Amino acid sequence: MVDVSIANLRPERAAVASQWQLIWWAFKRHRLAMAALFVTLALYIVALVPGFFAINDPTVQNARATFHPPQRIHLIDNSNGFEFGLHYFPLKLTRDPETLAAIYVEDTAKKIPIAFFGRGYTYSVLGLFQTDIHLIASTDKARPLFLFGADRLGRDVYSRVVQGAQVSLSIGLVGVFLSLALGIVLGGISGYYGGRIDFVMQRVIDFVLSLPTIPIWLALAAALPQGWPATLQYMMITIILSFTGWAQLARVVRGRFLSLRTEEFVAAARLDGVSEGRIIFRHMLPSFSSHIIASMTLAVPAMILAETSLSFLGLGLQPPTISWGVLLREAQNIRSIATAPWLFLPGLAVVIAVMALNLFGDGLRDAADPYNK
Amino acid sequence: MLKFIVKRLFWMIPSLFAVSFLAFVLIQLPPGDFVTTYIATLASSNEVVDQNTAAQLRERFGLDQPMLVQYLKWVWGIVTHGDFGISFEWQQPVSGLIWERMALTLVLALASLIATWALALPIGVYSAVKKYSIGDYAFTAFTFFGLSIPSFLLALVLMYVAAVEFGQDVGGLFSSQYETAPWSIGKMYDLLTHLWLPVAILAVSSTASLIRVMRANMLDELPKPYVTTARAKGLSEFRLLVKYPLRIALNPFISTIAWLLPNLISGSVVVAIVLNLPTAAPLLLQSLMAQDMYLAGAFVLLICALTLIGSLISDILLALVDPRIRLE
Repeated sequence: MVDVSIANLRPERAAVASQWQLIWWAFKRHRLAMAALFVTLALYIVALVPGFFAINDPTVQNARATFHPPQRIHLIDNSNGFEFGLHYFPLKLTRDPETLAAIYVEDTAKKIPIAFFGRGYTYSVLGLFQTDIHLIASTDKARPLFLFGADRLGRDVYSRVVQGAQVSLSIGLVGVFLSLALGIVLGGISGYYGGRIDFVMQRVIDFVLSLPTIPIWLALAAALPQGWPATLQYMMITIILSFTGWAQLARVVRGRFLSLRTEEFVAAARLDGVSEGRIIFRHMLPSFSSHIIASMTLAVPAMILAETSLSFLGLGLQPPTISWGVLLREAQNIRSIATAPWLFLPGLAVVIAVMALNLFGDGLRDAADPYNK
Repeated sequence: MLKFIVKRLFWMIPSLFAVSFLAFVLIQLPPGDFVTTYIATLASSNEVVDQNTAAQLRERFGLDQPMLVQYLKWVWGIVTHGDFGISFEWQQPVSGLIWERMALTLVLALASLIATWALALPIGVYSAVKKYSIGDYAFTAFTFFGLSIPSFLLALVLMYVAAVEFGQDVGGLFSSQYETAPWSIGKMYDLLTHLWLPVAILAVSSTASLIRVMRANMLDELPKPYVTTARAKGLSEFRLLVKYPLRIALNPFISTIAWLLPNLISGSVVVAIVLNLPTAAPLLLQSLMAQDMYLAGAFVLLICALTLIGSLISDILLALVDPRIRLE
């Protein structure tokens, strides 16, 4: 954005600031990236305790609410005088006399207030303890609130999107950490030793990068038995995604190692008789960790998109696991989206999450090199 | 130059073998084989297959031999007479099933590649030259959006809009009267009228990323002294751009073919399945589900080979454009 170095702005503070402080200052001035950071944080908080943010139990089916459309939340009620407070009206099902198509009309006679920190279904927080307190809860259990409508089986789409955030967002993180582990080890070896090892490793990386990822993932995912438990399936899908994801990170790590290998401070450390492990982890790694973190942040959204695509095709996570890709499977045929376009809403969640992570990663990458502006 | 090309071609051989081995291992991974799946399908319609018949089937398809033998036989067949084996499910040679679909996959990928280039190049240059203008912001917003939306979602939304707003079915690549017809001018024209939608869907995300590459490259070049010199000599702004900075900025652009093609083909898999296009992808998915291993293997192999060739072309183009690379 602004081409002025931070060091020029606050010379006395910049002189003693740590690298991370400089990065933070550079990042803060990138307003879009800051906004993206807050959205990302908010999403991951939701993913941490989805039960708290959900309204209805995401797994409960409701035969009377099949393809129930989204409901509006009202703030001001003028029916009998002026009343202020969040509330909604249950929808009454009527049928078109000619086509028998379902028509939902707001039943304004039955106002249902919404309670903050009210009680709903019981969920567990990170497997530690159970509670039934939700951020927002309906005060009428018999007439639940469908913020994003309901699906084919009458399950609440909003609560399912919130619950799906946990799997979809975490799979990106876990997958990236797996890729990173592979990428650092292989890219590090390649860049640190150079020579023949580097040559072979480079060919392998080029090879992996030139493979089309989705057909490979499809083939790998098709090898997973259908009946596996959800956690095992989750682990396998992350492993499959990182199977091709590591090469990108390995390339970044190798490039950094190669350029740092000839730096004076590395040569000095070596002459001092420092062990190789210590040179790598104490001297070299800190000076490019910011770059790696930026590359990682940019790899997370790619993983999320990959999981979504795989699950959408039916080869990724399987129901009853709830992820955004699994939810979008409901929107697969044109008939159901024509009657219930709100089934696209999980897709909106994907777009928002991926966009926020991309913008955040971009800002981080720009800020990652505070000395080089 | 010739030496470079020959060396690069030589490298293709181990890569192709690696790809073929990978494809074979991938399709061998699922527990059980086609016969197991076949028996399971029959069992669901209450037919019982005894062990003897199963063993006979395995023997006929060569499934009872060790994996390496099966692999070598398979590769030998492909190399010597283009025989990819037999599709168990379709009961006919794989080579009869794949070529038209692979050709359509290639057409789709190339059309998307051309569309991507045709859009990204001028937009990227415009965004860099008119930095921070309204147009630049609009295109930047587009790139962020384009990179964030999964292609299948875009395909679904467009299908929904076409079906609900215009009452049109946009799936497929051909109108019904041409689907099984032999190739003709009319069929070609019909293909073109259907091709634009999947191409547009595929081009969105790749265009978005290429615009950003192009814009960044141009922004690096524009403030350099040689641009000022050229301007001082009185060159018109357009000629100046095309003659100097664009040529240098184009360099990383060419190297992107290497990853653009795998990306496009990857993306086309999901889009093709959603839009039900007669390309490789829907059949690949179906054959993977049915463990029809030679068919799936042929598709995985050919799709990977396609991207390897893409990276070969990009390397050669790059060497043609940039003398530093071929002299290395």
